[in-house]
Amino acid sequence: MSGPGPILEARGVRKSFGPVEVLHGADFTLTPGRVHALVGENGAGKSTLMKCLAGYQPVSGGEIRFFGEPVHFADSEAAESAGIVLIHQEFNLAEQLSAEANIFLGREMRRGFFLDRKAMRERARNLLEELATPIDTRLEVSRLSVSQKQMVEIAKALARNARVLIMDEPTAVLTGREAEVLFAQIERLKAAGVAILYTSHKLDEIARVADEVTVLRDGSLVAHAGVDEMSPDRMAELMVGRELSDLFPAKAGETAADVVLSVEDFEVPGHVESASFKLRRGEILGFAGLVGAGRTELMEGIMGLRSARGTIRRSGKVVRIASPKEAVRHGLAYLTEDRKGRGLLLKYGLRENLTLLGLDRFSGIFVDEKAEEAALDAAIRRFDIRAASKTMPVGNLSGGNQQKLLLAKTMLVEPEIVILDEPTRGIDIGTKQQIYAFVHQLAREGQAVIVISSEMSEVIGLCHRVIVMRSGRIAGEVSGEAVTEEAIVRRAMGLDGEAREAAHGS
Amino acid sequence: MAVEAREQPARRRLRVDFHVLGPLVALVALVILGMSLNDQFLSAGNVTNVLARSAFIGIIAVGATFVITIGGLDLSVGSMSAFLAGVTIIILNALIPQLGGGWATILVGMLACLAMGLGAGFLNGILITKGRIEAFIVTLGTLGIFRSLVVWLANGGTLSLDFNLREVYRPVYYGGVAGIAWPIVVFALVAVAGEIVMRKTAYGRHCAAIGSNEQVARYSAIHVDRVRLATYMLQGMLVGVATIMYVPRLGSASSTTGLLWELEAIAAVIIGGTVLKGGFGRVWGTVVGVVILSLIDNILNLTDLVSPYLNGAIQGVIIILAVVLQRGRKGA
Repeated sequence: MSGPGPILEARGVRKSFGPVEVLHGADFTLTPGRVHALVGENGAGKSTLMKCLAGYQPVSGGEIRFFGEPVHFADSEAAESAGIVLIHQEFNLAEQLSAEANIFLGREMRRGFFLDRKAMRERARNLLEELATPIDTRLEVSRLSVSQKQMVEIAKALARNARVLIMDEPTAVLTGREAEVLFAQIERLKAAGVAILYTSHKLDEIARVADEVTVLRDGSLVAHAGVDEMSPDRMAELMVGRELSDLFPAKAGETAADVVLSVEDFEVPGHVESASFKLRRGEILGFAGLVGAGRTELMEGIMGLRSARGTIRRSGKVVRIASPKEAVRHGLAYLTEDRKGRGLLLKYGLRENLTLLGLDRFSGIFVDEKAEEAALDAAIRRFDIRAASKTMPVGNLSGGNQQKLLLAKTMLVEPEIVILDEPTRGIDIGTKQQIYAFVHQLAREGQAVIVISSEMSEVIGLCHRVIVMRSGRIAGEVSGEAVTEEAIVRRAMGLDGEAREAAHGS
Repeated sequence: MAVEAREQPARRRLRVDFHVLGPLVALVALVILGMSLNDQFLSAGNVTNVLARSAFIGIIAVGATFVITIGGLDLSVGSMSAFLAGVTIIILNALIPQLGGGWATILVGMLACLAMGLGAGFLNGILITKGRIEAFIVTLGTLGIFRSLVVWLANGGTLSLDFNLREVYRPVYYGGVAGIAWPIVVFALVAVAGEIVMRKTAYGRHCAAIGSNEQVARYSAIHVDRVRLATYMLQGMLVGVATIMYVPRLGSASSTTGLLWELEAIAAVIIGGTVLKGGFGRVWGTVVGVVILSLIDNILNLTDLVSPYLNGAIQGVIIILAVVLQRGRKGA
């Protein structure tokens, strides 16, 4: 049956959330034995398109065709039974169950009334061996490495006879060597006639793995071509759709000389070793590195959110920060990368969220709700937060407005040092620009800002100086004119002479 | 667009109203039902009886509202109350030779009862926060411990308050001010204070934040463990308050004192609209919940419509209904 024709197609697919349309009629075709890459910036609509294809979300317009016939998958389960499997970036595995139990979860093999453990173990072992992952299938998933977990996910998909595999940034959490294993498996899956949708922010990777590429920008399809016809540079241009200089305000000049924060020999057990750096007044300091390099952990250690050792000096004076409260007292504030899990109370309204961090500013014996309302009105104006109502649950705000609210919450304690962790993750380009402008304004007014970002363009466009971390250590620093993508990547990957050490896996 | 805009707020208001007023509607319905079945229902005597009997559970349930709002649970409150009652009686009896059989003794006993309540709450709280043991497990354990201790102290029988002291202490339950029984007055004060603390203070806001998402609370510079510990201590202290009101009622403590109070308290909290998983609590709802449970019992006793033996079944139905209504809101 599976000839050369397409197996799964999106035709003019539109998707709206409430009044906001995030996907404006996208076409996308998956063919057996081919890898079709989907690229675009965060918020371009990639996830939405993937979710529509995999039955996680119904489309608002257009249609999904499976073997040429229009289909409506009731849910992801229905799509899975048809052989369409989405592998999430954060895995969907039951951590406490064994690898084999996970592979057959919900589709257990039985012998009469009982589970046929032997057959399942046999099959699981075969599947994982084919994937070059010879692990003991009885191991709890929580004890596997990230790449092994990913292989278990793929084995799970194969056990369901997947014909279409949708992979959401599969290499984001992998080391270079682990990624190589994955690429080899993708080749094998192709040969076996599986159709693969592949997304990644690493464009050189796309050039290697994919057969064809589709570029999305702001919810619209801007290009589709064979991978030979489109260089990674061209992809980047199409993704962004304008000169990067438009996006970032001109960098402010010299930063002041006085060091407001100095961190020496800082250690966060299991994540960061002997990190030292200085931050000056009026400076925007970037932290670059691969996911898992320990950037977030370092900042959380400094903020008293994780147990850590080391010396922190605030304007020269040694301070001890054992809790976030003390960090705030010393003029530090941290904006988490995990907006929904750690940043906002999704079921509560804007006011409660805005003032949660700085609540003691609004309360004597009682909380002064009038003052809170006034602060909210001011924040809405200052940060251009757009909400249908001030009492709506913030979980219903768009990602960009959530982020602006979170920023407002963080700034409400009037910090002198602001640590922004992935400040523009998953938000649209317009809001990004506003946030960049705001960061610049902060620096101009004399605050010091640390920006952790995995988006290279952001680090380069925004920061005066960039510290690169790798495997829990500071691997190098670049500043001024030397802040280039190549310089950062070389340090992040450990290609630089001084930073070349035995990579210790964790 | 215009039509849509007009429709939406109307729909929303309807839903919220129903959820907010649900417990009140049930309460009013029960009162009307009671009135139509028995003309003595609204007599001062009966109303006092209903409210005074709900006071113990009510005072404890106000504490339970906070515990559940932070996403916790305290199963030990009934046993704790029995234990506190037992030890308080022992202390009172032992103090008579030194302080005499008057109010001095009783005041010291009351303070001891409060202090022990705080201590018991501290024990629960410290095991949950510093010991990192689940609240369910900890309080299931202390439930057994307190219950067994009171049985042991009473040697399997009953601990009785000295007869003369009982006469002095008696008005604390049976007396009152301006015609309102003391337990009702204390219950009302605790409830009003609880409502204000929950709604108007930073502590109340922090409780809701922790129950809603502990990580968000932590990242918002809230001392999560401290707030939790304080909440279990508040619960312990309120158990102490309830016990102070309870001791003069019978003047004794035994293995059956406070039996299943924890479940009644939790039921009242849930009927009142507090979310069992935490993150949202309202004290006034709990008060309504307590009164609803008490009224059902009362109506069944006053009328022969349904056997009073079915009281538990009817309360059970109400609890389940309350939760179904809660879920209805979440799906909306």
